[in-house]
Amino acid sequence: MAQIELRGVSARYPSGGQVLDGVSLVVDKGEVVSIIGPSGSGKSTLLRVLVGLLPPSAGEVWLDGSRLDYADRKALTAARARLAIVFQQFNLFQNMTALDNVTVTPVKIRREPKASARARGEALLRRVGLGDKLGAYPDELSGGQQQRVALARALALGPEILLLDEVTSALDPEMVNEVLDAIRDLANEGITMLIVSHEMAFVREVSDRVVMMADGAVVETGPPGQIFDAPRTERCREFVSKILRH
Amino acid sequence: MPEGLLGQLEVFFTWQNALLWLRATGTTVAMAVVGCGVGFVLANLLVLVRTWPSRWLLPLRVLIVLYVEVFRRIPFLVLIFLVLFTTRALGLHMPLFAVACVTVTVTATAFIAEIVRAGYESVHRNQWESAAVMNFGRLRTVALVVLPQAWTVIVPPAFSYFVMFIKETSLASQVGVYELMQAGKYFNNVGVSPFLAFGTCLAIYFALSYPLTRVGWRIERRLAHRFRRTSPAEPLAAPPVVGP
Ligand SMILES: Nc1ncnc2c1ncn2[C@@H]1O[C@H](COP(=O)(O)OP(=O)(O)OP(=O)(O)O)[C@@H](O)[C@H]1O
Ligand SMILES: [Mg+2]
Repeated sequence: MAQIELRGVSARYPSGGQVLDGVSLVVDKGEVVSIIGPSGSGKSTLLRVLVGLLPPSAGEVWLDGSRLDYADRKALTAARARLAIVFQQFNLFQNMTALDNVTVTPVKIRREPKASARARGEALLRRVGLGDKLGAYPDELSGGQQQRVALARALALGPEILLLDEVTSALDPEMVNEVLDAIRDLANEGITMLIVSHEMAFVREVSDRVVMMADGAVVETGPPGQIFDAPRTERCREFVSKILRH
Repeated sequence: MPEGLLGQLEVFFTWQNALLWLRATGTTVAMAVVGCGVGFVLANLLVLVRTWPSRWLLPLRVLIVLYVEVFRRIPFLVLIFLVLFTTRALGLHMPLFAVACVTVTVTATAFIAEIVRAGYESVHRNQWESAAVMNFGRLRTVALVVLPQAWTVIVPPAFSYFVMFIKETSLASQVGVYELMQAGKYFNNVGVSPFLAFGTCLAIYFALSYPLTRVGWRIERRLAHRFRRTSPAEPLAAPPVVGP
């Protein structure tokens, strides 16, 4: 069953022109779908639309068979409660330690008991290799470490749908494998994932399906084998060959 | 003249007079503390409403902007007469001290609102966005994320404004509030040498302001040291778009 469905979604930033131009996309429950495409093609913007930071200017977003009404605060809140996102720029709260970043939403917003939220937060941070950085502030962490805190923070929300924007961009190769393992575990747990990535080996490894975007539109969708080895469109062939050559 | 002064010293430095000066000093400080204290709370409320993303609040937002822009530009002296005569015209016979406090609050709110707003804007938009996506709601975003980061930007100028305002309140003597300046005038009127009367004023204003300025520097350094983590990348220029 389609967990996420975009029907002809267009979007624009208040300050700029059209960024998404009629994107349609279906993601089934438990599916891992990766979005690839050149810089500026609108991948991050697509995720922003899904988390309700940017209402679409046209088209519809459906979650689990019901249309998301962006004007309805309650509906938006309910949708956000099931989602988690790791932003491209991590967006950690600068005034909170790594552990507080992970536990603040469970404790302050969801009113979970402090002790259990803390224990879970510590476990998550250890899982991403940051057991010794619980008390560090974001500006005391490297980019890769911040990225992993952001991942732990997203996982602490226990989301049904996880959106990852360039989640391996700042990681060293060793860490990429660990994140890959974590994502596989999550996929096995049935979490739906939408992953934006420039790292083709990672994408090929982890995705059930790959979506290639260019200029705010979907160019081609298919299993990794198709997209990387036998793309059907010229645009996709061009992009993939360029990327795989480097 | 010096002999005259010396002769006056004995008469001037009595416990009774010291109490009068103390009372005047208390009034001066109280006006600034009450005005800036209440002003600080109100300023935060104004900024909260001003940046609240709801269409219904638009008229209120316009009023707030008007208020802030107008009242920051009215001289304190003009304002205090306005408050005095408005309250009299309304049949409210407030004590002069209350009139002064209202006036200080009205200006301080407008000034501090701008300081607070600049503080909010120094916090990167992505901080608001992260909070919005995790369903923080506006109030908790401000309380848990924005204010703790804006604090470093808000407190130093707000505090220097407060210190500056201690001096500004001398104008309240114009409507007869018995504060420091008025005490100086009183003593001068009863025959104390103006050098002594206003010299005491000067000394007390300085004794109030200088340590407070030092405290301000302390706070500033302390904040800069403890919360280096204020604005990550470029600060944002306009109030953030958070959801509909
Ligand atoms: N806040 C914003 N305001 C105005 N325009 C924006 C904003 N954010 C992004 N854009 C524009 O939208 C377009 C798509 O940006 P987006 O971030 O979605 O690209 P992307 O595919 O994620 O790129 P990258 O791979 O570099 O992250 C770009 O042309 C960008 O300039
Ligand atoms: Mg991006």
